[in-house]
Amino acid sequence: MDMTNVATEMTDAAPHLPSHGHSQAAGEPKFVTRGVTVHYGEKQALFGIDLDINTNEVTALIGPSGCGKSTYLRCLNRMNDTIPICRVGGSIELDGENILAKEVDVVHLRARVGMVFQKPNPFPKSIYENVCYGPRIHGIASGKDDLDEIVERSLERAGLWKEVKDRLMEPGTGLSGGQQQRLCIARAIAVDPEVILMDEPCSALDPIATAKIEELIDELRENYTIVIVTHSMQQAARVSQRTAFFHLGDLIEHGDTDQIFTKPKNEKTQDYITGRFG
Amino acid sequence: MSEVVQVGTPSAAGRPVAVRDTKALVAKSLKRRYAAERRFRLYGVAAIAFAGFCVAVLFVTIFSNGYTAFWQTNIRLDVTLYPQDIDPQGDRSPKALSTANYQKLIKQAFGDLFPDVQNRREKRKLFDMISPGATFVIRDMVLKDPGLIGKRVQISVPLSDDIDQFAKGFIKAETPESERRVKDAQIDWFQRLKDRDLVVTEFNSTFFTAGDSREPELAGILGAIMGSVFTMIVTLAISFPLAVGASIYLEEFAPKNKWTQLIEVNINNLAAVPSIVFGLLGLAVFLNFFNLPRSAPLVGGMVLALMTLPTIIIAARAALKAVPPSIREAALGMGASPVQVVFHHVLPLSMPGILTGTIIGMAQALGETAPLLMIGMVAFIVDIPGSPVDPATVMPVQIYLWSDSPERAFVERTSAAIMVLLCFLIVMNALAVVLRKKFERRW
Repeated sequence: MDMTNVATEMTDAAPHLPSHGHSQAAGEPKFVTRGVTVHYGEKQALFGIDLDINTNEVTALIGPSGCGKSTYLRCLNRMNDTIPICRVGGSIELDGENILAKEVDVVHLRARVGMVFQKPNPFPKSIYENVCYGPRIHGIASGKDDLDEIVERSLERAGLWKEVKDRLMEPGTGLSGGQQQRLCIARAIAVDPEVILMDEPCSALDPIATAKIEELIDELRENYTIVIVTHSMQQAARVSQRTAFFHLGDLIEHGDTDQIFTKPKNEKTQDYITGRFG
Repeated sequence: MSEVVQVGTPSAAGRPVAVRDTKALVAKSLKRRYAAERRFRLYGVAAIAFAGFCVAVLFVTIFSNGYTAFWQTNIRLDVTLYPQDIDPQGDRSPKALSTANYQKLIKQAFGDLFPDVQNRREKRKLFDMISPGATFVIRDMVLKDPGLIGKRVQISVPLSDDIDQFAKGFIKAETPESERRVKDAQIDWFQRLKDRDLVVTEFNSTFFTAGDSREPELAGILGAIMGSVFTMIVTLAISFPLAVGASIYLEEFAPKNKWTQLIEVNINNLAAVPSIVFGLLGLAVFLNFFNLPRSAPLVGGMVLALMTLPTIIIAARAALKAVPPSIREAALGMGASPVQVVFHHVLPLSMPGILTGTIIGMAQALGETAPLLMIGMVAFIVDIPGSPVDPATVMPVQIYLWSDSPERAFVERTSAAIMVLLCFLIVMNALAVVLRKKFERRW
């Protein structure tokens, strides 16, 4: 065991940073969504989605473009609130609490449900600033040393520490695409969320960077519940335990990834995963 | 698969395909396209060359007209400071010292140089050659050091503007005497002074240290500079925070409905309102209703702030809009509140654009005269303002006032003042470039 691993374990045990993921057993539903509908003005984008997302599992959302999978993903941390014409209906329960309720604080929700976007979008600030931004605004860190520790641990978990430890003060935008995306993941896990939403995190990356991210997702599953939207069937098959297939705003089929990819029950799913449309 | 079949065999669609010499057609059209491009480049180069020529002509004209204003023809005089003239009581009280008849001393000293001039009319012509400012030079000297009284001092005092212009060659001796302001006798005396090596050309520091004056040789730009500085400070202090706040609210927080649309249209229209209308508004509201002081940079700055607001708001909104939404999403996704998103990320990223807009607005305000007309800042003000509530004028107004004056010496001072104003504008623009570079960030 090398020194960095020791440091990671020690900070993991720190009392001020409970790791939410461990509080529930894997396989129990983290999100329970029932009849989720989304309207963009007059246009309806989602038609009543019933889907459970299990703790410490990777759930992949697949489907052709415009099928509503990203819209659904953005409901889970209420990012759709930022679109004025967007209306969300139904119920989305996170640990039994309906997050669509008016009294739910979205700022607090987003601290619990982090997000990684399609295009790597680090802040045009230093690598260090990028990672420490979340802890800083949420007041998580108790001091400069604590903050340094969180930054190191987050970068470590995102598999980026070794590459950037000597240039933490250089701008995050100067990294390569894959590194930027891992920086965004480090940034998201710095606030120790319970769930990480990933909206096509590898679509702008080359195959090697993609492989690294996929590896990372697999590791993160230990501690976090992950929902990933992807266009790549192979990626869904590689990284996810459960898969949900969306088509034209409807959830066509969902279940264990193995089952979906080997013996799908629905004909449309069959057509899609074999590449006949989409 | 069905798509591939259609593309591969056009004849399958039942349409015969005409055989064309595509290569030749493309080559022909290429020639035309390149010609168009060359023409366009030529227009561009010609336009830039013409603009450059015009700028060069402008600068050369201003410079050649104005550089002489930075030099002043002075005369070295040996003045004896007779105590009985300055301070007959002998108590050295400041009142006595500041009201003493120094002109008499100057006349005495200057008259001693020309003992042959005895005629009253001739004498008057002679003393006209010395600027009235000469008495102030001695007075200031005595006030500073009363110990000089009773001694003989050598001082350098300005010659009158007409003699100065003659010395600089703007008034020519060839012109018939009746048509020039410098008489033959004065030319003769001036020549005698020169022969005795008493005439010196010195740097015209008065131009940078004095306020306005009726006498060109005593007129300076400092009053107008201070007026402009105070006005600009007030304008910036009001318009920058207001405009940035307004644009942040409109761009990031306000609901998009017909009311905000109406406001947006109005802001855009305000940018095109003639500036004198803002002056009228200032007169009606700031002076008549709030009873703020007339001719004061405070009110001028407020009026110019109103005029500058739309310019900065439009620029700031464009800059805020240009920040990629991915940055906003990233911050929101991290759980930043909307205000944090704006102040931590969007505003810093849009700062270069906002600053550019601000500097453009400020430069516009710096060169504005019309709105100041209404609030009494287009005025002859001798004192240098010491605060934003003192009566003041601004640089473009000073330029306008001087350009309107009949004295030949004001022509060069007008150009010199334009040079100073241009310097300020260049400094401001350089500042804009520096600030932009400093704040600029890639994403």
